[in-house]
Amino acid sequence: MIEVDKQLTVSLIEELERQPGGQIRACYQCQKCASGCPISFASDWLPSQIIRLILLGETREVLSSRAIWLCLTCSACTARCPMGIDLARVMDVLRQRAVEEGLAPAATPEAVFNELFLKSVRRHGRVYEMGMLTRFKLRSGALMRDVEKFPTMVAKGKIALLPPRGGDRKTVREVFDKVEKKK
Amino acid sequence: MKYAFFPGCSLDSTARDFRKSTEAVCGRLGIELEEIPGWTCCGSTPGHATDATLAVALPVVNLLKAEKMGRDVVTTCAACYSRLRAANDEMSHESDVRATVDEATRSQYRGTVRVRHLLDVLVNDLGLAVIRDYVERPLAGLRVACYYGCLLTRPPKVVAFDDPEHPVALDRLMATIGATPVEWPAKVECCGAGLSLTSPDVMRRLAFGILQMAERARADCIAAACPLCQSNLDLRQPESVRAAGSGLSLPVLYFTQLLGLALGLEPAELGLSHLFVSARPVLEKIPAGAMR
Repeated sequence: MIEVDKQLTVSLIEELERQPGGQIRACYQCQKCASGCPISFASDWLPSQIIRLILLGETREVLSSRAIWLCLTCSACTARCPMGIDLARVMDVLRQRAVEEGLAPAATPEAVFNELFLKSVRRHGRVYEMGMLTRFKLRSGALMRDVEKFPTMVAKGKIALLPPRGGDRKTVREVFDKVEKKK
Repeated sequence: MKYAFFPGCSLDSTARDFRKSTEAVCGRLGIELEEIPGWTCCGSTPGHATDATLAVALPVVNLLKAEKMGRDVVTTCAACYSRLRAANDEMSHESDVRATVDEATRSQYRGTVRVRHLLDVLVNDLGLAVIRDYVERPLAGLRVACYYGCLLTRPPKVVAFDDPEHPVALDRLMATIGATPVEWPAKVECCGAGLSLTSPDVMRRLAFGILQMAERARADCIAAACPLCQSNLDLRQPESVRAAGSGLSLPVLYFTQLLGLALGLEPAELGLSHLFVSARPVLEKIPAGAMR
């Protein structure tokens, strides 16, 4: 049963319309975005449907969907929309809101990955891939995935075993903290 | 020609060969790359998917450092390119995000440092005529599927130095070094990006689609311009091909590796040994040691 949430919808539409490319009411359902979306085959909603659902007030459905996490921000939709809607940017806002409202499905791998990536950046100033991948595997339970590749990756010098150095960690940490405080 | 070089995190890890070949090629062509001291992560996709302010602040930290160097920035990573350009765009007009970034970085950066991708610099700054003069081993007979991916070409207003649906910069570069760029429909199709780690079955289907199209166009190899694209098409080629029940095998090289071969550089200098799918078929195809 899809529920209409007026307050959430109104505040979301207002937030979107404050941004360049966020005028989703301009959408006339031409389906160019849907036709070019590379992940549509795996998704619960097409990008055109996401826009329509928001305008119909069914924001909870959108914010708890798989679609917004499968979205790769490849921006094919943005590049093609005849009304200049920046759908990739809209998707970013939806992802941010989904996490803020606690509506993202529990343990959404993409959300977990994003969190760990940024934690790694805050800590090292640059991404420590090894550290992040290990934590991701532990959190997601996909412990054995890619394990067979690991020796070859090391042999081919495709993965740095030690944390990165040389990045201005201090400034990065300050930035993270100040942005967090502002929220 | 001097630039402030922003390598990005992957160039010291999974895209080590991209760094090697970039530095070798720029060295040979007289493009001076001065690495931005203390550079830090641009935030990539996790940044903009999580927080709009952080997504701009992280690139701005680096743009401020580049501003001090008084040089234009050049980067080879498509994601870093996209994020640095997007940050410039955001900082050039007033907004709540800009105000918070100003506060967080204790500065008033207004998007003034130019950010370029290496492909753009090679084709439009250095120029194809100059590159042609440096070619020592034309890659004659090598059919190359030029793969641009998403972030180099979209959104057009922010990043494009080429047509977003049918770019030709890389094709022209490959033609200049003697190779034959093939016509194929997957030039700007998405490789699956970060889904390789989070939802790999989706990525595999996307990656296989691209590989298959290149094969159908009778390409000998794919030329990639992004570390994640190259990784999804090369490191993850065996699993993507297996998932599709196919037996195809196609070398996927960084465009700088192909360029380097044409400039007469050795495979070792270009990091060819880092490739998962061997570049041997490419090396066997090009006339060995042909001097002009």
